[in-house]
Amino acid sequence: MASGPSTYTPSNGLTRWLDQRLPLMRFANDNLLSFPTPKNLNYAYTFGAILFYCLIVQIVTGIVLAMHFVPNAAMAFNSVEYIMRDVNYGWLMRYVHMNGASFFFIAVYVHIFRGLYYGSYKDPREVLWILGVIIFLLMMATAFLGYTLPWSQMSLWGANVITNLLGALLGQDFTQWLWGGFSVDNPTLQRFFSLHYLLPFVILGVSVLHIWALHHVGNNNPTGIDPKGPQDTVPLMPYYTAKYFFVIALFTIAFAAVVFFAPNLFGHVDHYVEGNPLKTPAHIAPEWYLGAFYAMLRAIDFNFILDSKVLGVLVMLGAIAVLFVVPWLDTSKVRSARYRPVYWWCFWIFVVNYAVLSWAGLQPAGIVLFQTGVGADGSPVGFNITHLSQIGTLYYFGFFMVIMPLLGLFETPRPLPASIATAVLAKKRGGSAVPAAAAAAPETRV
Amino acid sequence: MYAPARVSEIQGSFPVSAVTHDGASRRDFLYVFSGTVAGVGVAVTAWPFIDQMNPSAATQALATTEVPLAPIADGQQITVMWQGKPTWVRKRTPEEIEQVRAMPDSALKVPESDQERVKKAEWLVVIGICTHLGCIPNRDNAAEPGGYLCACHGSVYDASGRILRGPAPENLPVPPYEFVSDTLIRIG
Repeated sequence: MASGPSTYTPSNGLTRWLDQRLPLMRFANDNLLSFPTPKNLNYAYTFGAILFYCLIVQIVTGIVLAMHFVPNAAMAFNSVEYIMRDVNYGWLMRYVHMNGASFFFIAVYVHIFRGLYYGSYKDPREVLWILGVIIFLLMMATAFLGYTLPWSQMSLWGANVITNLLGALLGQDFTQWLWGGFSVDNPTLQRFFSLHYLLPFVILGVSVLHIWALHHVGNNNPTGIDPKGPQDTVPLMPYYTAKYFFVIALFTIAFAAVVFFAPNLFGHVDHYVEGNPLKTPAHIAPEWYLGAFYAMLRAIDFNFILDSKVLGVLVMLGAIAVLFVVPWLDTSKVRSARYRPVYWWCFWIFVVNYAVLSWAGLQPAGIVLFQTGVGADGSPVGFNITHLSQIGTLYYFGFFMVIMPLLGLFETPRPLPASIATAVLAKKRGGSAVPAAAAAAPETRV
Repeated sequence: MYAPARVSEIQGSFPVSAVTHDGASRRDFLYVFSGTVAGVGVAVTAWPFIDQMNPSAATQALATTEVPLAPIADGQQITVMWQGKPTWVRKRTPEEIEQVRAMPDSALKVPESDQERVKKAEWLVVIGICTHLGCIPNRDNAAEPGGYLCACHGSVYDASGRILRGPAPENLPVPPYEFVSDTLIRIG
């Protein structure tokens, strides 16, 4: 699994005996201890470890919550309140689990944007990237299913909106099959609970494949150039394990601050009102981490060949689907944005654009941002949330489908350093040293 | 009894049986046959696991709802549950009937006459679920006199449940129902 030959030597008779039967110690040594890692990995490269930590936190708190939660439409909401008030430390378990989802997504967004910035999806890491997109999809599905379980107004109507989205593509028979009835009701809640318990273990399984693929090809790094020998790498233990534990401690401090001092920061008041199938809340908003996709869904308020409803769903699903083909859309051979001056700008605009879309998805539809006049009925008219979402959607797809393919053809990258060691040493000397490859073109020194 | 005439060649360590006149071997037949049996077996086994998610007998037993009409006053609307879905029964006033019947087709996203949507002019029976993404619209005279506004994404319906504006693609569906008597309907 680990790249490079194994460095493990059994130290005694017992480990020698085990090594010949099940090379467990060898596996752990090669992947967790001596695994060669580029020596220039920065803090952006610690989020994979943070994500693994998040998954474990969610699984442990989730198993505990399942011991007290009742997956029944008549009792679910009350059982969550029971967990909050009566179960010993139930409030802590639920607040950790609830906010854990948000922190999981904060970490995954940093992880994904890191991959886009340093070109970590490029040859030979396409499969690694695709497995990551599958995990991202599974995370969204798991988060959605979990959101429905407290059977609050937001749970019930969120479940309605999302299942109807799928119904728009697959038809009424499919939604009834999914619901187990003619509406979102008790059978829906029970199957969503079952699947919500299952999917984290599927995520764990795909994560193992993801790490396998990573350890097979080795880490990318901020320069985007491959390690050329032992002088470019350090063993994972203790150099990066120490770094991982340090950032996990920082991450946990921020996490704990929210859990203890602002546990409903990411929440919504309607999540504390029991679900009522006869009354829709005035404003349905998804959790912040799905806001961008929701904004793209709502941006499509016009028919184009297809009906706006079907088209909106296709655009939203397409926003995820396009991630799968990113390794083939990007035509540039240079991985890291450090050496791609135009891509650098496009990337950061993409990040800001994604943040704006996420915000827009949480706002009530049709809010006017810049008023230019008054409509016939006296309501304000002008540049509204839908217009903003349309611009954002255009850039989201434009970034992947136009900028990525064309930049590789037209952009002149900066010269790459000769090796990781050269780049690191140049930085150590205050960035004054000219890397070997840049010596021929001193005006574009790194 | 069938027996191979001869083993004509060895591929790897597997003996290949005699080839019949049309080029297919006995082994090919066995592959296709066992593959087909296994495939049918998988499909037959999978079906109960898929079908168990469909509406159960208990859910389907609640498929009809009876609504007495006598308590409903002119202009009043009540909401009843039919198959777990909020269903509106509304006694429309003569002005409201006149208004929806005067609505030109050009104002409608999906042209359909009010006469096609009701059995008796004063009684409107529709499923009160927005055809966009399943929210429940509210009576809103500001958006449309006598009509409905879905607060989720701004779809506007008239007093016949027909979509006028907004993202919803269809008119509010009319459930199957019949007048058991002048004062009782059965939905479903």
